[in-house]
Amino acid sequence: MVVSQFDDAEIDRIFHALADATRRDIVTRVLRQEESISQLARRYDMSFAAVQKHVAVLARASLVVKQRSGREQLVHGNPEVLRKAARLLDEYEQIWRHRAQAIEDILSEEDA
Amino acid sequence: MTVISSHKDTAALTLTIVAEYGAAPDRVWRVWEDPRKLERWWGPPTWPATFEQHDFKVGGRAAYFMTGPDGTKAHGWWQITAIDAPNRLEFDDGFADDRGEPTSEIPPIHCTVTLEPHGGGTRMTTVSSFAGVEHLEKMIEMGMEEGMKLAEGQIDALLAED
Repeated sequence: MVVSQFDDAEIDRIFHALADATRRDIVTRVLRQEESISQLARRYDMSFAAVQKHVAVLARASLVVKQRSGREQLVHGNPEVLRKAARLLDEYEQIWRHRAQAIEDILSEEDA
Repeated sequence: MTVISSHKDTAALTLTIVAEYGAAPDRVWRVWEDPRKLERWWGPPTWPATFEQHDFKVGGRAAYFMTGPDGTKAHGWWQITAIDAPNRLEFDDGFADDRGEPTSEIPPIHCTVTLEPHGGGTRMTTVSSFAGVEHLEKMIEMGMEEGMKLAEGQIDALLAED
């Protein structure tokens, strides 16, 4: 059983952060593999500063964590926040698998 | 295999399920349109659904409740936003309180259903969009995870895959 560890302000920050396609893309990438902000900046058609701002929004929502490594700023995903979302989608997938099978049963019954 | 693929986008909070049936789209459409057929498959196995209202037109509403193993009733509603029989249906699926009144604190799930003719049968694609992680708390409170617990390892595998 999952107990809420988020307050309203925190949920607002998470939703705001995920409401942008570039930021969702950054989250997906850095969950898979740590990347520096300059690596990320090369992937998008926008300035280094703009990417840096997107990363800052994600970091405030704790969706990513920034770490300085020499002259580079490394970004990695924070799976804790997305873990709950993943769990919801898993459960919902199970519900849909049952529904799809039950529809199949109704259709076969009609054929019989 | 009825379900041929599923795709979970954790960051965007969407779930896409593709299923194939041997019946033509108009027959698959009937399982959505006919409330007596709908209530045979909508609820999770341990939470059968009863549709008290099913106004199947654009702007129409449905009202249902699901009955849990201990007799608990979980109420829900649909607001139909698009209908193009027998190919496309879109609706918002929300929670309701004990009197069947929509609750405002939980955002509805938006569901898009597409039925396409496929090899003499039908390919059905459903896309569910969630507004945010707070759904998790509320849905679990409402018992929708009944019998569907997942091992931590599977969650980690999913996160690794995304």
